[in-house]
Amino acid sequence: MSRNSLWEYANPRKFLQTTDIVLPWVAWFAAVTLVLGLVWGFFFTPDDYRQGSTVKIVYLHVPAALMAINAWIMMLVASLIWIIRRHHVSALAARAAAPVGMVMTVIALLTGALWGQPMWGTWWAWDPRLTSFLILFLFYLGYMALWEAIENDDTAADLTSILCLVGSVFALLSRYAVNFWSQGLHQGASLSVQSGERMAMTFKLPLYVSMAAFALLFIALVLVRTRTEIRARRMRALLARERMGGA
Amino acid sequence: MRAGGGFGLGLSFFLIVVVLVPFGVGPQTAILSTIAPGILWIGALLACLLSLDRIFALDWEDGSLDLLATSPLPMEGLVAVKSLAHWLTTGLPLVLAAPVLGVLLNLPGPGFGWLTLSLFIGTPALSVIGTFGAALTVGLKRGGLLLSLLVLPLYVPTLIFGADVARRGAEGLETTTPLFLLAGITCGTIALLPFASAAVLKVNLR
Repeated sequence: MSRNSLWEYANPRKFLQTTDIVLPWVAWFAAVTLVLGLVWGFFFTPDDYRQGSTVKIVYLHVPAALMAINAWIMMLVASLIWIIRRHHVSALAARAAAPVGMVMTVIALLTGALWGQPMWGTWWAWDPRLTSFLILFLFYLGYMALWEAIENDDTAADLTSILCLVGSVFALLSRYAVNFWSQGLHQGASLSVQSGERMAMTFKLPLYVSMAAFALLFIALVLVRTRTEIRARRMRALLARERMGGA
Repeated sequence: MRAGGGFGLGLSFFLIVVVLVPFGVGPQTAILSTIAPGILWIGALLACLLSLDRIFALDWEDGSLDLLATSPLPMEGLVAVKSLAHWLTTGLPLVLAAPVLGVLLNLPGPGFGWLTLSLFIGTPALSVIGTFGAALTVGLKRGGLLLSLLVLPLYVPTLIFGADVARRGAEGLETTTPLFLLAGITCGTIALLPFASAAVLKVNLR
């Protein structure tokens, strides 16, 4: 393998060395942007003329929802890498991302409920967007449960990555099926590039900062969890070797 | 068909679910006939789910699955035949029983044909998706609960379109669009999912 190949980071030792350097930077950037984005959003933006100060929950809601979907996409890519090239770090990263993505889904659902109560007069509605997030949450649960249920690491990695592929197709199908099934309360995209400006710059800038913060936070958490998984697996291997030697 | 076993169990379960519903929501025929298409679809789906772990369990226990895997038959074909067997022993009886149970729930007249048709088109997808779930959990000691957790989210699109056909049919509305989408899902899963199930089964037999 050439020295400059991207795949050299698939070596667990190389991965640990690199992330030793990268992780503190990512974590600090995540912390700074998170504080900046949320404080800016919560305290230094004007109230919406119709929604009042409740609109400010958008700085938690939208980035969390975005990362909930992106986490699944990252798991999909990592699963594909595991299936095609069988790099263990990739399988472990997919495993590490699942609980983080699930928590993001829960944050999006909960902040959505808190926002929906004063605005729509209800905590929950069977709106397509809400419903598909609930379904995404179920997919996360199933994926994590399958990882937990299987003892052999490689078998678990194989089965969960195939589940991730199949699940992605069905999650997408469910999204469109749910759209077909119910007309919603939820507004459409507020940050669309097309069809003109829907959100004033004063609101948009802190939102972009929060989105970057959530992305960095996700990367930092996944890196930490992947490193923990690698070390836990090493420890298990060492313990197993010790038992073999002692017998 | 031994591995498909418990031929009548799924049907009995379907009957019990349908009998329990009026106890839960009250005996008003107006309410019952509104929710009948959805209840019948959910009942059929759950009855189907209940029998999934039997698809591979017995063959796995007595080792005949290993023999089948080493036979010249491609694994995809084996999995597809297993799905077909499951549909014949579970899905088809449910389709035939559904109109009878529809009478119990006061299903509106035009709904009977559409309900039967939607179940006939939709249940093969339930069997094929379920086979994938059963292949995922075949090696596990107590995989039943996990199997439900894995399979139920995958059932969402089939249920949405299937129940929609039955509901619109019962209300006398246009059913072509959801019917075609349901048929699309069934054809798509039959064409593609056996490959995923076979890959998963190969991993589990390693």
